[in-house]
Amino acid sequence: MGHEITVTVNGKIYAGSVEPRLLLSQYLRDELNLTGTHVGCDTTSCGACSVLLNGRAVKSCNVLAVMADGSEVTTVEGLASGGEYHPIQRAFRDEHGLQCGFCTPGMMITAVDILSNNPQPTESEIRTGLRGNLCRCTGYHNIVKAVQSAAAELAS
Amino acid sequence: MHPFEYVAPTSVEGAVKVLGEHGERARPIAGGTDVLVQLRGGRYELDAIVDVKNIPELMQIRNDSDGLEFGAAVACYQLYEDPGISAEYPGIIDAASLIGGIQIQSRAGLGGNLCNAAPSADGIGPLIVYKAVAKITGPNGSREVAVEDFCTAPGRTVLQRGELVVSISVPKPPKGFGAAYERFIPRNEMDIAVAGVASSVQLDSSGHTFEASRIALASVGPTPILCGYEPGSSGYDDPLAGKSVSEDSIAAAGKLARGSASPINDMRGTIEQRRHLVDVLTRRTIGLAVERARAAL
Ligand SMILES: Cc1cc2nc3c(=O)[nH]c(=O)nc-3n(C[C@H](O)[C@H](O)[C@H](O)COP(=O)(O)OP(=O)(O)OC[C@H]3O[C@@H](n4cnc5c(N)ncnc54)[C@H](O)[C@@H]3O)c2cc1C
Ligand code: FES
Ligand code: FES
Repeated sequence: MGHEITVTVNGKIYAGSVEPRLLLSQYLRDELNLTGTHVGCDTTSCGACSVLLNGRAVKSCNVLAVMADGSEVTTVEGLASGGEYHPIQRAFRDEHGLQCGFCTPGMMITAVDILSNNPQPTESEIRTGLRGNLCRCTGYHNIVKAVQSAAAELAS
Repeated sequence: MHPFEYVAPTSVEGAVKVLGEHGERARPIAGGTDVLVQLRGGRYELDAIVDVKNIPELMQIRNDSDGLEFGAAVACYQLYEDPGISAEYPGIIDAASLIGGIQIQSRAGLGGNLCNAAPSADGIGPLIVYKAVAKITGPNGSREVAVEDFCTAPGRTVLQRGELVVSISVPKPPKGFGAAYERFIPRNEMDIAVAGVASSVQLDSSGHTFEASRIALASVGPTPILCGYEPGSSGYDDPLAGKSVSEDSIAAAGKLARGSASPINDMRGTIEQRRHLVDVLTRRTIGLAVERARAAL
């Protein structure tokens, strides 16, 4: 049986019918064609699928689309605005915070959550905040540097 | 996944009704960080998922002079981002800020952690040492169960058909009370505890004598273990009451906790390693609990 849901994704309102089993990650990728949200595992371990749900990072493979009814979702596609990259995106580029780029959307989304609660995190706080995100290229040092550099830019 | 119905009741009665109708073929879902992983992994099939995050009683938080009561669907971050709760219940916050990572903590809560009844659950021991009680409602009305009596086997609880946990109630800690939780995991990351220990102490006004204590162990038995207590019994053999605060008394408590553990060998650790960890973590958490208790004198 389908459920009618209304979700605001990256500022745009979407309404439609979803099957209860549909995951938010599947809804975003397959129904809305927002394929920036990556799916890297089947066990809610890797964090690649992280999106902001009402401003907080969640793993979208662990939320049913129907549970997001009435919510606001931000995916990596929603970070840039007015043709300008988000500071976290610029920082990942400038600090070489990505290699293959698979984990990057989830890393950036999680970093946005970390910085919104704690604008000047220590290195250890950044590492703790990102512990739910795996990078199989293991480029963690530059990821942490990118978050530090974004924090500095946001503060200035 | 087997197709299921999604129900989002807005009252406790509504949830009890659906859960009663479906029995084992339905489950409440709070954060879903256990349920959805288990469902997708094929651990079980469900005909209905009952989303409890739209029931006001399960989403409320009350922190006042009687203590702390939080709904069973309150997420971890709602506890640790509250400065009052963080200051007054640090032993519970130790666990709330440890479970998963921030994405998990955005959704998951201690109610789900308790009801999932994993032997390795990080949240249950801390609730036990704070003497928390689960408030349950079902088809036959409401009842309260002490958290140490709640889990009966891995993944099994005292909950009967149609029952759900509405809230968890923690009495206000008196002056001179302190508690802490620590776990051991092989990497400083999301993983399942090889062993975990929660300790609480009640010190006298001098801060040098234990008046009461509780030590609860995780991941070293089929259910969380409260040292000195037989589940369902009325007796409690306090490991530290009446002793002075000293390295010796704390070392003795570590030994006692080690003896209370009944761990198994598995891919995460051996029996001997787990017993050793219980000893070390007991001494550490009592030390931290004493520090916190003295700060609260
Ligand atoms: C990546 C990852 C990392 C994790 N790390 C940890 C960790 O470090 N430590 C740890 O302890 N756990 C961990 N977990 C497990 C899980 O996140 C926790 O157990 C969490 O606290 C569960 O809460 P929830 O609200 O998501 O529960 P849910 O999944 O919603 O529910 C869990 C169980 O409780 C039942 N239930 C829920 N609410 C009620 C209710 N009100 N009444 C009756 N039954 C109810 C459900 O039916 C289900 O059986 C992790 C999980 C993931 C995916
Ligand atoms: S795809 Fe969601 S955590 Fe890996
Ligand atoms: S950049 Fe390749 S997975 Fe992280």
